[in-house]
Amino acid sequence: MADLAQQIVSGLASGGIYASLALALVLIYRATGVVNFAQGEMAMFTTFVAWTLMEHIAYWPAFALTLVLAFVGGALLELTVIRPVQSAPPLTVVIVTIGLLIGLNGLARRIWGNSPKTLESPFSTDPVRIGGVAFSIQDLGIIGVSLAIVALLWAFFRFTKLGLGLRAAAVNPAESRLVGIRVAWMLALGWGLAAVLGAVAGMMAAPPLGSFDQNLMQPILLYAFAAAVLGGIDSPLGAVVGGLLVGVMVNLVGTYVGFVGADLRLPVALAIILGVLLVRPSGLFGREAVSRV
Amino acid sequence: MAGPLLELRNVEARYGPLVALHGVSLTVGEAEVVAVLGANGAGKTTTLRAISGTVRRSGEVLLGGETLGRTPEGVARRRVAHVPEGRGTFVELTVEENLRLGAYARRDRQVAADLERVLGWFPRLRERLGQQAGTLSGGEQQMLALGRALMLSPRLLLLDEPSLGLAPLVVAELFGIVRRLNEEDGLAVLVVEQNASLALAAARRAYVLEAGRVAVEGPSAELREHADVRRSYLGY
Amino acid sequence: MIRVALFALAVGVVALLPRVLSDFRASQAALVAIYFVALIGLNVLTGYTGQVSLGHGAFMALGGYATAILVSDQRLELFGHTFSSDLRDIWTLPIAGLVAGLAGLVFGIPALRLTGAYLALATFGIGVALPAVLKKAEVLTGGSTGINLFGQPKLTGLGIETTVLGRHLTYNDWLYYACWTVALIGLVVAWLLLRGRLGRAFRAVRDSPTAATSSGVNLSVAKTAAFGISAAYAGVAGGLYAMQTTFVNPGVFDVTLSIFLVVGVVVGGLGTMWTQVFGAAFIVFLPDVAQAISKQPGVPAIVYSVVLIALMLVLPTGVGGLARRAFAPLTSRLYHQS
Repeated sequence: MADLAQQIVSGLASGGIYASLALALVLIYRATGVVNFAQGEMAMFTTFVAWTLMEHIAYWPAFALTLVLAFVGGALLELTVIRPVQSAPPLTVVIVTIGLLIGLNGLARRIWGNSPKTLESPFSTDPVRIGGVAFSIQDLGIIGVSLAIVALLWAFFRFTKLGLGLRAAAVNPAESRLVGIRVAWMLALGWGLAAVLGAVAGMMAAPPLGSFDQNLMQPILLYAFAAAVLGGIDSPLGAVVGGLLVGVMVNLVGTYVGFVGADLRLPVALAIILGVLLVRPSGLFGREAVSRV
Repeated sequence: MAGPLLELRNVEARYGPLVALHGVSLTVGEAEVVAVLGANGAGKTTTLRAISGTVRRSGEVLLGGETLGRTPEGVARRRVAHVPEGRGTFVELTVEENLRLGAYARRDRQVAADLERVLGWFPRLRERLGQQAGTLSGGEQQMLALGRALMLSPRLLLLDEPSLGLAPLVVAELFGIVRRLNEEDGLAVLVVEQNASLALAAARRAYVLEAGRVAVEGPSAELREHADVRRSYLGY
Repeated sequence: MIRVALFALAVGVVALLPRVLSDFRASQAALVAIYFVALIGLNVLTGYTGQVSLGHGAFMALGGYATAILVSDQRLELFGHTFSSDLRDIWTLPIAGLVAGLAGLVFGIPALRLTGAYLALATFGIGVALPAVLKKAEVLTGGSTGINLFGQPKLTGLGIETTVLGRHLTYNDWLYYACWTVALIGLVVAWLLLRGRLGRAFRAVRDSPTAATSSGVNLSVAKTAAFGISAAYAGVAGGLYAMQTTFVNPGVFDVTLSIFLVVGVVVGGLGTMWTQVFGAAFIVFLPDVAQAISKQPGVPAIVYSVVLIALMLVLPTGVGGLARRAFAPLTSRLYHQS
């Protein structure tokens, strides 16, 4: 029983990371209709940036600065690379994001080399006992940070004028312009926020692994896709719930189903994606109709 | 201030290779209600779109004597509210959010007060503030669209086919509100309508478009009397 | 007529190329043919019926492993029987195509319910997850070490010179001609398939599903058939790939391959068959070009991505679009929809 509780919490911690990245994917998908295959590599890149910053300044200031830089970077990417292909067919845009994926990976290798790095963790790896069960502080901390960033973002969308404008631009760009929303800026803003989410995901994902390299976010991207599909690719709530569910499911299946073990965790994510898409394509909370001609 | 509030000089507009407006000129005076009439495809909607910048245009559009911007965002910032065909409500957002969005371009502090005023004119919206806009009836959505436009505290209101798909009672209520706004607040209105008699009753002057050009213009009273005009252009 | 002449010229050039090229370059050229075959298949799926697959490397894997298993001495123990095959490598290709094609058909059925981003994600997931499955199914696939075809006597001409039509060929040359012959056959077959009703049905699926249905095209059949056909081509390409590299393991058919295939088909030009050879050349040679520019870590990838993105900005319809514009009469341009 205690073991199960630990595995669930550990799964929630991974899930928090998946939720952040999934939310980033959903954000961009809602705003621009694009599946951003480069989301993981963007997050990886900002993790390396964080690593460099943390060599020189304290953790939390470095964390905050990374978020700012991620925001700027994400917005710039939208303005320079995505904007020009805005009206191109979807496959073209997918190829562009794939190009970004390849390029960011390469750039990260060029700047930081191929040797693995270690990222500081703000949380100790000591256990804490709750109700007689030992939980890792790090796991709890990751859950906390992930939920905090999600909550902040939710508050932004719900209570600020800019957030409302962003939401409006995502669902109805033509009408939004009529009320004076600068839709073009909203797109950049959306990408910036998505990059921030990715940065958080990366900075939470790296420390528990001990060391990380440029391949850090690749499996996480697949789990995030599974989470987004499970939750409904146009539903932010779905992304968060989906992320947590995927984290717990993958962890439990990986731990308790011997056949799966550590080797087949990725296929579990695939199974989730395929299963959801075949049974209920709009996911748990999604609204988008999948055409049926 | 001398001169009309809105002036179009020789405005052309095109959808890709298709020219929809061939040099339209019209004016709307301060606190004036002006109608744009004509058959389907005559270019009425395009005229409004050309003003609000939703479609690319050439020629001059002046607001208060100054050139009006070519982007919808810029036009909104100059207090010109466009209620498009099909209402254009944000169906996924709540009624209150829709209304607040109407004031997006404003930077002043009167927004809350204006929200109260608008809800005063449309009491049914007050009842449904927290509801998703998509769950409202057609008439209520049109009220919402109008209310949202009014949240801009506009100098000029562009109304596109407000009566479309609505019951006569609702339409009457709508036009009643528009008239009151015009009389009490001095709101200038340019309304596009298929329903010519309705429009002529509400407007002081009207322009009749045909194939992207102004065919006839004049005071509503005259147009109503003129049997030829009525028959050829207005269908009654 | 000009087209036929140009085509004959191209065939001639391809036939004579090994005389002038080094072994290494010739094997690269053979690789171009292999990818050409795969891209023809992917073009049928994405260019003609508009279904995006980011996991076509998985079908290549199926074909590649099928060939490897049949060619190698690996004895297959299934249900208590021992299977061993006596097939020479080249004859495994139809089987590779069949296996992959069947898998494509099977996948095509549930794929009917998915469009656009959803299908892309589903296929992407397959592309990512397949290596792990291959690793796990050790009994069949040899696990992470994979299967080695080298040294298997059933590999035509390996290490020895073969005689074909009275001429002596090295393995390299033999493989080159085998690949390009298969590519030629594949191109002709595709051309025949697509000029008739099937082709029109496919195009209708992409351009106007509702119109297609009302004119009697069975969309489900068309879309599933497209999946099967494209998977079969990928399978054959995979088999040739196995013969070329002489080994298969899970890492060979990872998601990068699937991504390269999509990049290749877009660069080649969706909807145009013969220009896919340029897409294949892009896949094979651009990494080399990028490497030549700098060997520093990551720079080849950066160069690759810059070229790719620039290409999408400047020439999103790929070489095919360019070709269509070059050869189409001016009047049709007014109504041209990309």
